[in-house]
Amino acid sequence: MVVLEAAGLSKHFRARRGFFGGDRGNVRAVDGISFAIESGRTLGVVGESGCGKTTTAKLVLGLEEPTGGSIRFEGQDLHALDAAARRHYRKSVQAVFQDPYASLNPRMRISAIIAEPLTTNERLTAGEVRGHVLRLLDLVGLPNRSADLFPHEFSGGQRQRIAIARALALSPKLVVLDEPVSALDVSIRAQILNLLRDLQAELGLSYLFIAHDLAAVAHMSHAIAVMYLGKIVESGEAQTLARAPKHPYTQALFSAALPSHPEDRREEIVLSGEVPSPLRPPPGCHFHPRCPHAMARCGKQAPALDDVDGRLVACHLYGASTAAAAA
Amino acid sequence: MSTHPLLQIDNLSTHYVSARGTRVVRAVDDVSLRIDAGETLGIVGESGSGKSTLALTILRLLPPAARVASGRMLFEGEDLLAKSDAEMRRVRGKRIAMILQDPMASLNPLFSIGDQVAEPIRVHEGVGRAAAWSRARELLKAVRIPSPQTRLLQHPHEMSGGMRQRIVGAIGISCEPRLLIADEPTTSLDLTIQAQYLNLLRELQRAHGLALIFITHNLGIVAKMCDQLAVMYAGRVVESGPVRQIFNAPAHPYTQALLNSIPRMSDNRNRLAAIDGQPPDLVALPPGCAFAPRCPSAFDRCRESPPSQLTFGDQRTVRCWLADAGSDAADSQVRKGAA
Repeated sequence: MVVLEAAGLSKHFRARRGFFGGDRGNVRAVDGISFAIESGRTLGVVGESGCGKTTTAKLVLGLEEPTGGSIRFEGQDLHALDAAARRHYRKSVQAVFQDPYASLNPRMRISAIIAEPLTTNERLTAGEVRGHVLRLLDLVGLPNRSADLFPHEFSGGQRQRIAIARALALSPKLVVLDEPVSALDVSIRAQILNLLRDLQAELGLSYLFIAHDLAAVAHMSHAIAVMYLGKIVESGEAQTLARAPKHPYTQALFSAALPSHPEDRREEIVLSGEVPSPLRPPPGCHFHPRCPHAMARCGKQAPALDDVDGRLVACHLYGASTAAAAA
Repeated sequence: MSTHPLLQIDNLSTHYVSARGTRVVRAVDDVSLRIDAGETLGIVGESGSGKSTLALTILRLLPPAARVASGRMLFEGEDLLAKSDAEMRRVRGKRIAMILQDPMASLNPLFSIGDQVAEPIRVHEGVGRAAAWSRARELLKAVRIPSPQTRLLQHPHEMSGGMRQRIVGAIGISCEPRLLIADEPTTSLDLTIQAQYLNLLRELQRAHGLALIFITHNLGIVAKMCDQLAVMYAGRVVESGPVRQIFNAPAHPYTQALLNSIPRMSDNRNRLAAIDGQPPDLVALPPGCAFAPRCPSAFDRCRESPPSQLTFGDQRTVRCWLADAGSDAADSQVRKGAA
């Protein structure tokens, strides 16, 4: 069952007018992307800074209004929801952010931090709230006495557990995980990744998992979407995509991932240049100036996201449309 | 080639002492390391393991609260701890250079790129401005910055993160140092940019016969870049040796656990082997081995007294009671690691 579905989702930001009043145009942070997150499954989103993955997360969380396209949650278009249904949506979709030092208020006790979503959204007695908080702490593997302590008394990994407990307080369907382990110590990351997987199995949660650590994404996700300058360039089943990427950008990205062993020698595709400014993306395929396989056509026509061997790839190298256009 | 290593560190300890002298944090505790010319040494550890303090100790850039409690550091046969401040200034940037994590914090926003790349050349080699600037242009070319002449006149805010980090790299190699210490040099960079930068560092290293010390928490960087590895935990080097040997047969339970806990691209949806517990609190370390509270193979002795450093095989060391010949568990443990 599909929990959340985005169709042609776009978010364009109007760039601030220049110093002399000139119009600088639009930043197409997210540009017509479509994806679906299934119940109890994880969609991993990878891409470099500026590719639009955080904007996508904000759109899903309702923190930004899309400028085009739609998000459907359990079959209902978010745009058409009334106030009550919107509240229900906000409760059903929660987030865990990167930095557990910034996401917890240092002046609140842990019990108050975890209880805050409960007290604002539900009518519960103090005793019920306390019961909920203790159950949540137990769920994320923290002792009961943590409830009365302050955030500074916890290490990074424990703080991230608290942030997870808070996200789970309202029994959400979907949790957006924006770089949930990259601020943590290496020896702690596996604990948190395991915890997230256990919680998914136990509670049937769906995750939107955003990270730059490709191995972690491949490990956590059922499906992966690769973004480049606001567009999805490839998406499909996680393991197949990680093992045999098809889009030249995905190939370069996965080949740039660090080896897990010194004898693990891979062919390395080192891209020249850097990601272009999203204010002036290259015409045609956004990736063509850095692409080792670029053809004349790539600079003129943007490739559509088409089915290639059971996954979606946006590249002129693949698909029948290439042959048809060439003829 | 000379007989002694480029840098040899013996039993080095650096402590942070609180204002009233009542509390002592042993940030670096009895560390011995060596690195030869042209070699790459990876120092791996979590935050608080003392790896950055070790780097600052080598350059003698420690904050006022820290002091070197004991030990010796020989660089090209000269004792770095015996040098005066003025002598140290002639070492830093000239013979030993350092690249820090955040390029925005290591570049001065008010000066042009040209001024900043030329500065160490002018200071250390007494070269005039024009000559230093033309050397700076060559350096920008060496770190693959397009249109270097234009870039020299620009300021740090006009460049991307990857480009700034390459500028910092150019400053690092400007006086052709013998040793370059890179402290988490690619943490702030995107993946494809990180790959570019690491390859660049390796080329520079080959071209200049540079020795590199990589300080990182990322075992992937070590696997890609390093010849030798030292694993730090709570201020101590718990294991060291050639990278391949350690990856193939880690001897210390912490190294074993660390290597097992990283997710691998090829492997699937198995549970990760997580390390239980929390990183150590340096103010309240246990009396025995600092890793004992989290160690799956800890026994009584581990909780009582800290293990000393043991040398075995070809240039490998480990600090663990299990590897101590006197203990029965040692053999099985070493065999388990080797399997």
